[in-house]
Amino acid sequence: MTQAAKPAARPLSPHLQVYRLPLAAWMSITHRITGIGLTIGTLLLVWWIGAAAMGPEAYAQFTGFIGSPLGYLILLGFSVALFYHLCNGIRHLFWDVGMNFEIAQTKRGNLLVLVGTILLTAVSWVLALRP
Amino acid sequence: MFAPENLRSPLARARGLGSAKSGLHHWWLQRLSSLALIPLTVWFVASLVGLAGTGYETFTAWLGSPVNCTLMILFLGVGLHHADAGMQVVLEDYVASHGLRIGSIILVKLLCYGLAAFGIVSTLIVTFGV
Repeated sequence: MTQAAKPAARPLSPHLQVYRLPLAAWMSITHRITGIGLTIGTLLLVWWIGAAAMGPEAYAQFTGFIGSPLGYLILLGFSVALFYHLCNGIRHLFWDVGMNFEIAQTKRGNLLVLVGTILLTAVSWVLALRP
Repeated sequence: MFAPENLRSPLARARGLGSAKSGLHHWWLQRLSSLALIPLTVWFVASLVGLAGTGYETFTAWLGSPVNCTLMILFLGVGLHHADAGMQVVLEDYVASHGLRIGSIILVKLLCYGLAAFGIVSTLIVTFGV
């Protein structure tokens, strides 16, 4: 009776509403979100090439948009999404051949993908905005 | 005696539900396209960095070179195939209504391949100066 008074701290059943997702799970859903973002971003790529095919006026219209603050913001988002999807996609290819499934390896992969995304984005922007 | 096809009920077979035997092909093409997109993305980003701050003449001259024209067509074709394959999986996973799911998959497919066609034709127009 005295033992039943204090409930044991047993693990709770994982459920999306009460379960704190581990970083790997957040990175998994982010892979899909960036994939959707990049699919929408192809509209911009096709606009760019299509404008070049239509002539200098249409091209100036495109560069006017992409050179605006909103255009830069979209480009920044596109580059982050692209590098994240690239780095995390390479990790998925390793998983597909059965490699790096251990928890320690997954945690190291999380870090590598995040650091890789930040580094690639930073280096690309620094080089692109060089004077 | 226990051949796998006998395990399905006649009704299930008549409905034609279950595996359409094309899932592996879809999976394989998605991986193959992602493998091809690794070098293509490196080329694309390096090109964008190089082209930053330049104008119409520089861009059309760059796109008109045989190597860049070929790689841009590959990037558009492989990239939009990969986008369509990925979007299909996302829609299959999250859209509960059957009609809405099929409808959105068809719409995304038409958009992706339409965009790819427009992008490739535009690349060819810039290259050959129609």
